[in-house]
Amino acid sequence: MSWEIIKQSLPMFQQGFVLTLYLSLIGIVGSAIVGIICSLVQYFKVPVLDKVLQVYIEISRNTPLLIQLFFLYYAFPAMGIKLSAQLCGIIGLIFLGGSYMAAGFSGGFNGVSKKQVESGKAIGLSRWQLARYIVFPQGFALSIPALAANIIFLIKETSIFTVIAIPELTNTALDLIGLYYNSNEYLFVLVVAYAIILIPLSLVLTLLERRVRYGTFGN
Amino acid sequence: MANEVLKVEHLEKYYQKKHVLHDINFSISKGEVITLLGPSGSGKSTLIRCLNGLEDFRNGEITFENKKVVPSEKNWQQLRQKIGMVFQSYDLFPNLTVLDNIMLGPTKVQKRNVEEVKKEIDELLEKVDLLDYKNAYPRQLSGGQKQRIAIVRALALHPEFMLFDEVTASLDPEMVRGVLNIIQDLADQDDMTMIIVTHEMNFAQQIADRVLFLKDGSILEDTPGKKFFKDPTTDQAKEFLQSMDF
Repeated sequence: MSWEIIKQSLPMFQQGFVLTLYLSLIGIVGSAIVGIICSLVQYFKVPVLDKVLQVYIEISRNTPLLIQLFFLYYAFPAMGIKLSAQLCGIIGLIFLGGSYMAAGFSGGFNGVSKKQVESGKAIGLSRWQLARYIVFPQGFALSIPALAANIIFLIKETSIFTVIAIPELTNTALDLIGLYYNSNEYLFVLVVAYAIILIPLSLVLTLLERRVRYGTFGN
Repeated sequence: MANEVLKVEHLEKYYQKKHVLHDINFSISKGEVITLLGPSGSGKSTLIRCLNGLEDFRNGEITFENKKVVPSEKNWQQLRQKIGMVFQSYDLFPNLTVLDNIMLGPTKVQKRNVEEVKKEIDELLEKVDLLDYKNAYPRQLSGGQKQRIAIVRALALHPEFMLFDEVTASLDPEMVRGVLNIIQDLADQDDMTMIIVTHEMNFAQQIADRVLFLKDGSILEDTPGKKFFKDPTTDQAKEFLQSMDF
């Protein structure tokens, strides 16, 4: 392994690193928004809309991101909709992540105990007040472990963007290998780059989970 | 009856196919205290949960303050402000402070003036010796303290009528007295109309104007409190009283 090769490749990896972070961030925020909307629709059992979103969730959870991206990138232009590769990537990631986030939030809301709901009803709270003051705050805290897992999952999924030639980390590494055949060096940098993003993030999220589990509501 | 608060007629309740309440009939007048006694599984909790709409029922009618109750969620929502309920497991909201737990009903449901409500809550908390815990979270309180707060939370809505569902059953023995005293005060000082499900026989004997004895989902006795404890009519009630060891 040559440190010289690694050093020379760093500027390119740096660009890929920034792009991975940028696409992940948009994907995560977008997924969270879609997830919140879906879980609210399901919580309030909005007629029709909840069935529509259930179909979306099933499709999204039961097809691979790879195929979703191919569809966006190759099938959409055939139907006259042309999107840039990056936009395809972002839409694909949000399409995938939205359903996972929805499941995370819904799991939290459903996890709020029936007794809490009853004691809210017993003081005359309406359905909306019950949601606003009891179920959502408690349910959100319960859903944090699932949301944390989703965040890590979505960042890792960005590596699949390489198939539609978005120059994120994985694509950068594969490109460099194709050009110079120094696979050891480039794969090493690739692993380190993902670890730099994911390990600290994972630690922070674990701490957050622990704080929510033991610390909130009174410490 | 002129001052009848609540009347139950021919109430039947099923869980799927299981028939859990059989033709329940009784009424309660203003200021009256009924204790609901009976072996576990006899349907006591189910019955009082029917009275504020937490359980639906198949047949029968409930009349509250001389108006037939239309059993819709919207209607129950209104009525629950007048029918307070306290549960065995306290069920304070862990995400809210003691004060916010109590404030939620009066300020959000009844839209009363926040400052007035706060003042009133201070007085109520003073009465139950928990004013110092106003800004604490439920998890910082003992079981007995939580249950006293749960009672205050229900009272803050100015209910006409209170339901107590085994409120001392999960408490450590030394906590029980404090909670029962509050209920006793409600009967003595505020003349509150109450239905109490309890296994504290001494307390039941002391507070009950009337006893409803429930077994296998049927009311077997509807007797004045004094008579029930001295001279119950049915063998089942005699057997029950003997088994309670008080």
